[in-house]
Amino acid sequence: MQRLAALLLAATAPAILAPPAAADDPRTAAVTALQRDFKPRGIATMNFLVEDGVQAICNRTDDKPPKEIAQRLEQDQLAGIRWPADGKLVGDWKSGERIAQNGRGMTWSDPANAPGGGSCYNCHRIGPQETSFGTIGPSLFQFGKTRGSGPDMQRYVYGKIYNAKAFSLCSQMPRFDHVGALSEQQIKDLVALLLDPGSPVNK
Amino acid sequence: MTRTLALCAAAALVAAAPVPQAAGQTKPPAVERDATTEEFEKFRAVLEADNPAELFELRGAALWKTPRGPKNASLERCDLGLGPGVVKGAYVQLPRYFADTGKVMDAEQRIVHCMVTLQGFDAAALAKQPFSNETRTPDPVAITTFVAGQSRGMKIAPPQTRPQEREAYAVGREIFFYRAGGYDFSCASCHGEDGKRIRTQQLPNFTRPEEAIRSYQGWPGYRMTGGVMHTLQWRLNDCFRQQRFPEPGYVSDSLTALLTYLAVNSKGQVYKGPGIKR
Repeated sequence: MQRLAALLLAATAPAILAPPAAADDPRTAAVTALQRDFKPRGIATMNFLVEDGVQAICNRTDDKPPKEIAQRLEQDQLAGIRWPADGKLVGDWKSGERIAQNGRGMTWSDPANAPGGGSCYNCHRIGPQETSFGTIGPSLFQFGKTRGSGPDMQRYVYGKIYNAKAFSLCSQMPRFDHVGALSEQQIKDLVALLLDPGSPVNK
Repeated sequence: MTRTLALCAAAALVAAAPVPQAAGQTKPPAVERDATTEEFEKFRAVLEADNPAELFELRGAALWKTPRGPKNASLERCDLGLGPGVVKGAYVQLPRYFADTGKVMDAEQRIVHCMVTLQGFDAAALAKQPFSNETRTPDPVAITTFVAGQSRGMKIAPPQTRPQEREAYAVGREIFFYRAGGYDFSCASCHGEDGKRIRTQQLPNFTRPEEAIRSYQGWPGYRMTGGVMHTLQWRLNDCFRQQRFPEPGYVSDSLTALLTYLAVNSKGQVYKGPGIKR
């Protein structure tokens, strides 16, 4: 009789009065919800919901990782950069401008195996003629003119576009070649856009 | 009329000169007010006077009252949180916990729930093509626009009294700051600081009320690009697309959590009603 009463009580008690199930911490609950509610579409597959090493540490430190850890991981990222075999880091700035303007690539509305762009103007001021520029990142206007365009600066710019996290672990800038969004030639052309003295950026 | 104004705005934009920035300059001022932004704000003010969103509010009102679906019932017994059929003020008190479903629900999610349970519509069919295009506005979009309009001028006040509501906020906050995807973006990458914009689109900072409301108050919104009526379900979907994430389910609980975070962060600010966008 008591057992039946207990069962009836459990069955009819409103959910709010039931003892709470062992609650996940919010992060675990969030990741569980994302895995449950999101679906793959086009080239945006479910692996992209899983944090990689860099995302994991940045997510757990509010993008402010301890300095010693950041430096070591930045070095790891730098070691992973594949530099051009021909040793040339500077391409064609006219192509670079087109690549900077192009915001396509890596979304579920982009076709597979089609070259995308760098979306650079989404975040940066770059050339003098383009007024439709974002301010999420710093202005790159007159970059080569003010910073120089020698071999060291070419290496920095190439590396930064290839994998921005090699220089600042939790930077908001995507890791364009690391993730396969931009090709070697495309990065060379963007380097030219910023550093070539003939580029409008430096006029 | 709209096209003429669009041409005027385009001409103004070409003529506008941005504030020159020295290379390597540090952070721009708290709210970027260069000539480009000023022109867009003027453009928006002109169009807010006659907002096509009002037509969708009227359509939504009609859909609310009309008996429809396999059960041939209206939505007039739908409980949006303030009691069956109470629409006035409901939108600004969402998302909230509902005892009948045992979970926190946002406006459009609750409206779809009512369409399914009261009218007999099929949830999967509603989720198949849930967003507007140039030729079609789904019924939940029009109804959500109507419901939102009935909270015009009221203060945003989603409850945080139940543990489930507080949990939804906490989970929403985690999602907001969760960096992932091919570009390592979280919502915070764009919406976590003052004074940022993407191209010429201002990006309100969702972590504080005076900024969060600048975005929250514009949805549902009539978007002139394409002439379409969109709700926050569309806006979040398109954000995740541009974040290079896979696709969130329509009216799924992950989005409810995120909407709870946004609504609670807009608390106390006045909701101006369905807005208009470029």
